[in-house]
Amino acid sequence: MAEFTLPPHSVVKKGKQVNKVEGKNVKQFKIYRWDPETGANPRIDIYEIDLDKCGPMVLDALIKIKNEIDPTLTFRRSCREGVCGSCAMNIDGTNTLACTKTIAEIKGAVKVYPLPHMDVIKDLIPDLTHFYEQYASIKPWLVTDTTQPPDREMLQSKKDRSKLDGLYECILCACCSTSCPSYWWNSERYLGPSVLLQAYRWIVDSRDENTGERLDQLEDSFRLYRCHTIMNCTNTCPKHLNPAKNISEIKKLLIERQ
Amino acid sequence: MKTYKRPRSPHLQIYRMPLAAGLMSITHRATGVFLFLGTLVLAYWLMMLAQGAEAYEQTILWSGLKSFIGLLVLFGLTISLFYHLFNGIRHLFWDAGLGFSLKSSKISAYLVLFATFFCAICIWALFA
Repeated sequence: MAEFTLPPHSVVKKGKQVNKVEGKNVKQFKIYRWDPETGANPRIDIYEIDLDKCGPMVLDALIKIKNEIDPTLTFRRSCREGVCGSCAMNIDGTNTLACTKTIAEIKGAVKVYPLPHMDVIKDLIPDLTHFYEQYASIKPWLVTDTTQPPDREMLQSKKDRSKLDGLYECILCACCSTSCPSYWWNSERYLGPSVLLQAYRWIVDSRDENTGERLDQLEDSFRLYRCHTIMNCTNTCPKHLNPAKNISEIKKLLIERQ
Repeated sequence: MKTYKRPRSPHLQIYRMPLAAGLMSITHRATGVFLFLGTLVLAYWLMMLAQGAEAYEQTILWSGLKSFIGLLVLFGLTISLFYHLFNGIRHLFWDAGLGFSLKSSKISAYLVLFATFFCAICIWALFA
């Protein structure tokens, strides 16, 4: 049964205002903190940043806070240009990448939380172990029965290759999956939009020879059919992909082969 | 190092549900539940009706439904019926693989909302 409220040890408490800044262009950042060493409830700490002395993106502000104000603030980041997916978090109520989200488009204080309905390792870092295990379960690689020629690549027509457009761009940042209420309530058994988009990516790949088995694996009232076309996934995807549409394509394939 | 139980990150509490996505979806479910309960009322109403005029007027339901709150519930049922119908059609299009772009899903959301209120108000203007 879905649990709509947070368990007692997860309820977010008021934190402290860490610093104050004078200036014309000061922005408040309200950031979710949890310290695994004290075990106290999570809290919201408030930081102030002079935007005239900071880069344009939310990630720039987070890095500035970590470098200059509070080195204990913990978050994942790597490429800082929207291709690695490390800095996925909930900003201003929506899941997105901190590195491609501009501070200017946010009205009022910038609220930053970890990806929703996940176990928190520390501050803005969620535990993605289960998410990656689900990804591994769909066999994200080419499966072939026939022997491949050793002297050349497996070729693909331009048309077949174009079927992967809108799929290969997925960076597995987990923004979509953790925006999905169905995934919140059933993540133990439902694969979620991100992993299903990936599953579809291997199903439509003309070089893969395991389509039937892949579809067998998905034909399950939980793994696939917990998708109720809520559409939060497509709305939140920072790469502007359409997981909801890809999931519906899988459902159509399952009907077509009946 | 002693490890503490990891907290669950906030979800419903902080997520800003998009209207054309999460909000429309939960409304579809809520109207479905409301219609289910409404059908029980409808069945009871028909049973009382079958007992003849005298029995009918004596039922609590009749005076209850004529009260302000009763009318409000009935109007809510009308809204629910049309919302569930039109949004159900929206879902049929999705099941056929159509209308998944962000733009289409927004347009269809507004169409559903407009048609719902338009039809509900028309029904009440004609029959109430």
